[in-house]
Amino acid sequence: MKSKFSFIFACVLAGLALSMWGLAGWASPADTPSSVKGTVKFAGAAPKPSRIDMSQDPLCAKLHSTPATTEDVVVGGDGGLANVVIYVSDGLTSHNFQPPPQPAVLEQKGCQYNPHVLALQANQKLNVVNADDTTHNIHPTPSNNREWNMTQPHGMPLEQSFAREEIAVPVKCNIHPWMKGYIAVFKHPYFAVTDKSGSFELKDLPPGAYTITAWQEKLGAQTQKVTVSAGEAKTLDFAFKQ
Amino acid sequence: MRWKTALTGSAALVLLLFCGDTHAQESHVGKLNGNEKRGKALYGRYCIFCHGRYGDGRGESAPYLDPKPRDFTKAVFKCRSTPSGSLPLDSDLYDTISRGVHDSGMPSWKPLLRQERVDLIAYIKTFSSAFQEEKPGAPVEIPPEPPSSAESIRRGAQVFESMNCWSCHGKDGRGHGPSAAALTDSKGYPITPFDFTSGSRFKCGETDRDMFRDLITGLDGTPMPSFASAMTTDQRWDVVHYLRSLSSHGTHAQLAPISQ
Repeated sequence: MKSKFSFIFACVLAGLALSMWGLAGWASPADTPSSVKGTVKFAGAAPKPSRIDMSQDPLCAKLHSTPATTEDVVVGGDGGLANVVIYVSDGLTSHNFQPPPQPAVLEQKGCQYNPHVLALQANQKLNVVNADDTTHNIHPTPSNNREWNMTQPHGMPLEQSFAREEIAVPVKCNIHPWMKGYIAVFKHPYFAVTDKSGSFELKDLPPGAYTITAWQEKLGAQTQKVTVSAGEAKTLDFAFKQ
Repeated sequence: MRWKTALTGSAALVLLLFCGDTHAQESHVGKLNGNEKRGKALYGRYCIFCHGRYGDGRGESAPYLDPKPRDFTKAVFKCRSTPSGSLPLDSDLYDTISRGVHDSGMPSWKPLLRQERVDLIAYIKTFSSAFQEEKPGAPVEIPPEPPSSAESIRRGAQVFESMNCWSCHGKDGRGHGPSAAALTDSKGYPITPFDFTSGSRFKCGETDRDMFRDLITGLDGTPMPSFASAMTTDQRWDVVHYLRSLSSHGTHAQLAPISQ
């Protein structure tokens, strides 16, 4: 009897020791997160954006002292390409990711989408905000998710989500035909959207070999392969041309 | 030993029943239960020419039709009693099959037996896995309609203005709004906003209650959005009264205010 108890005690001790080792393992170099950062440039002369005629809705037109312009290719001062979605498209060993608790926010402002390209995780809450005085309808036209289409007057709260990965869901407002945007939905958290500097960073990557894809709504997609070891920060640059 | 055999036997039976259950798609409308197999035979006889062998809306006749036949593989349906983005109820599909879709190639299938229409629904639901994976949302509630009045019509006209209905349907409700020319359905085909002065029948039912419901559900797959949270119940009835007033078939044609 006594020996049975001591055996159980030893088991519990061993278990504790193992879990301590496991916890310590989190901080050990073997599991230190890695990252991939870089820049997306537009090669050549930046295309001139077209003017948007918002005169059909005076509530939109009056919000712009200078005419609003199209956002399908937005190039920054130093050639950085904005609104490019950078993400891990292959190589992840884990496939079970919980959506973050904080919602992603898509704003309709000046009768345009802000941001023009939004990325979020599957089943992450999406708060749609109408900051304009006019009424919008927000209408995603997905191919791998449920299609919905909601009218949203100024100030009306609207919460939605997308269940499945899709890069990217086109979003439009039928009331204002010039309003176009994209929502990229991922099943993992390793994605970023570039701003006008073209820079991006994929943080907290587990060490491994990955395929990284850069997607732009008009210029298409490019992929590069990268291998990161523990704690390593790799640099990866992309260049798009028309 | 005997109880063990009995247990194994019953377990196998339960498993068999369960598997059988997941394979066959069902449909239920009222007291009628649809059968997928019978539905398939009917589909091959009546529906396949437009909706296609694979239910993708690409049947032999499809190139000649406008609007295009419904693509069942997408499981997106215009006429529903459920919220935007939700699957339809079986009874919604039953209503569409029975009623037909006005101003399209889809006729009324009332000549088929009720049981046959319910069987068809069971088969149509096999074209998309959505019917296995998701449940339709709760059907919208339609409260009793208050009587139409000059005041209600005037309020409806204001809502029509503030909700930007006119950007597609036009300030005069004829369907020539400034955004009308740019409209497409979710397959990319041009689509025309409804002309409320025509007195023509609506696609998803002709009654005021149908119009009220359409304002809540929207017509999925088209540019017509849901006004579920955007309008109050009273506002929805006001809009219904206003839209009725635009047609000479409406009860208050003489009161039609044309907003500019």
